[in-house]
Amino acid sequence: MSSQATLLFDAPGPRARLRNHALTVLALVALLAIAWFIYVRFDEKDQWAPEIWQPFIEARTWTGFILPGLIGTLKAAALAAVFALLFGAVFGLARLSDHRWVRVPAGVVVEFFRAIPLLLLIFFIFYLLPSLLGGGDYILFALVAGLTLYNGSVLAEVVRAGVLSVPRGQSEAAYAIGLRKTGVMVRILLPQAVTAMLPAIIAQLVVLLKDTALGFIVSYVDLLSMGFRIIPPNFPGALIPAAIVIGIIYIGLNMLLSAFAQWLEKRSRRSRKSSARPIAPPSAIPSLGPGAGPPSDVVTLK
Amino acid sequence: MDELIEYGPYLWEGFQVNLGLSAVCAVLSLVLGTILVSMRVSPTPVLRAAGTAYVNIVRNTPLTLILAFSALGLSDQIGLVFSEEPSTNGFWLVVMGLSAYTACFVCEALRSGINTVPFGQAEAARAIGLTFSQSLRMIILPQAFRAVISPLGSVMIAMIKNTTVAIAAGYLADVAFKMKDTFDTTGVSIPIFIGIALAFMAVILPIGLFTGWLAKRLAVAR
Repeated sequence: MSSQATLLFDAPGPRARLRNHALTVLALVALLAIAWFIYVRFDEKDQWAPEIWQPFIEARTWTGFILPGLIGTLKAAALAAVFALLFGAVFGLARLSDHRWVRVPAGVVVEFFRAIPLLLLIFFIFYLLPSLLGGGDYILFALVAGLTLYNGSVLAEVVRAGVLSVPRGQSEAAYAIGLRKTGVMVRILLPQAVTAMLPAIIAQLVVLLKDTALGFIVSYVDLLSMGFRIIPPNFPGALIPAAIVIGIIYIGLNMLLSAFAQWLEKRSRRSRKSSARPIAPPSAIPSLGPGAGPPSDVVTLK
Repeated sequence: MDELIEYGPYLWEGFQVNLGLSAVCAVLSLVLGTILVSMRVSPTPVLRAAGTAYVNIVRNTPLTLILAFSALGLSDQIGLVFSEEPSTNGFWLVVMGLSAYTACFVCEALRSGINTVPFGQAEAARAIGLTFSQSLRMIILPQAFRAVISPLGSVMIAMIKNTTVAIAAGYLADVAFKMKDTFDTTGVSIPIFIGIALAFMAVILPIGLFTGWLAKRLAVAR
């Protein structure tokens, strides 16, 4: 690895090797200094005391607090994911409609919900529902509805891009053999578009899962509320250990989903079943078209 | 409409906080993101690993957790205090958390920009004897920045929308908090919500249009 030539640097000569070794030592010292600084600051406040870490190796902390919180998070994420996919499918296809009276309102809805901050939307729904429907517990509903409208709008764009990414010859050929509009969409375009969309959809679901943490602000009992509101009073002083433990759970979940998305993308790049190329996830960077640069595997950017 | 007019100045104060947060975070996250991407492509494995670990950890953590941890953990427990004044302290805690979070996305955008720079550019830079840092600074990054102006615009737009999560850091001054506060006293008001949504759009849409225009204008002709 270190002796390989890459985009930015050659196999180093004697001087560059010396410089790289010096840089490595410097970087190591700097990183160790930062780690040491954090360790000392935590130590001064007794954050390494075994008593406050003890609860996290006991089963009842997990069964009584962390797992119920995780279930709360996953419940909100699963509900929102299902509704957002439905919303995205409906509005994405509506934006492709031939009828202006369908296309334009769908476009306005999608653009509106994509542009407003998600937290404002959740607050608004949270306060709107009791005044419309009377008292009750609308926390989960407001969270799921907010997540659905925002992520659904992003997914609508993904669906639209996915269908548009199927080469035009496919629908022309389908019309030529006599299929109608619905038949072309359902039998030809959508099956190919779904393959192209999947990586982008999973990437958006990672965003959705991360955004369920906003439930903390409207006092929904999720993993984050457990870590910051419910565990610390029960185990005095355990706020930082709790935050670190739930942080690791969030990071692990998201990395699993991301790895799944990458695997899907690789698979659909290889697959010849679809003539559509995988589209970039909405939060990612649009590629500059073929030939804009070297394929990414040429560059060693590990 | 009456509520919007009555509470307008109060909400506008909050919106200015969001604008202030956005401005400071934009600068800090661009600087930090550039440092991170330099680490991630450097010839030093230690720096590369550190950069990759930072980006993967912070990018996969919910922003709400980062901000709540900054306030409840780092500030209250560890004693990281920017200012004795609680509101100033809250402001800088949000700036720290949001910049640390946004920097990851800036880094990833720039990294994909580096991938668009043709191989020949770096080879030519090496051929005329530029070192790694020289070729990164004078050849690669300028072209990478120009290639990702519009994605960087999207990152900045997401950051501006994320300033509303400031409540999670216990910083109760931004427009999301003020909207909630207003709803607590007057009940829900659709004009207020629409007004704030339009205010955000008035900031976000020009940024999208401007970065799109800039990206076209500065595109590297190849």
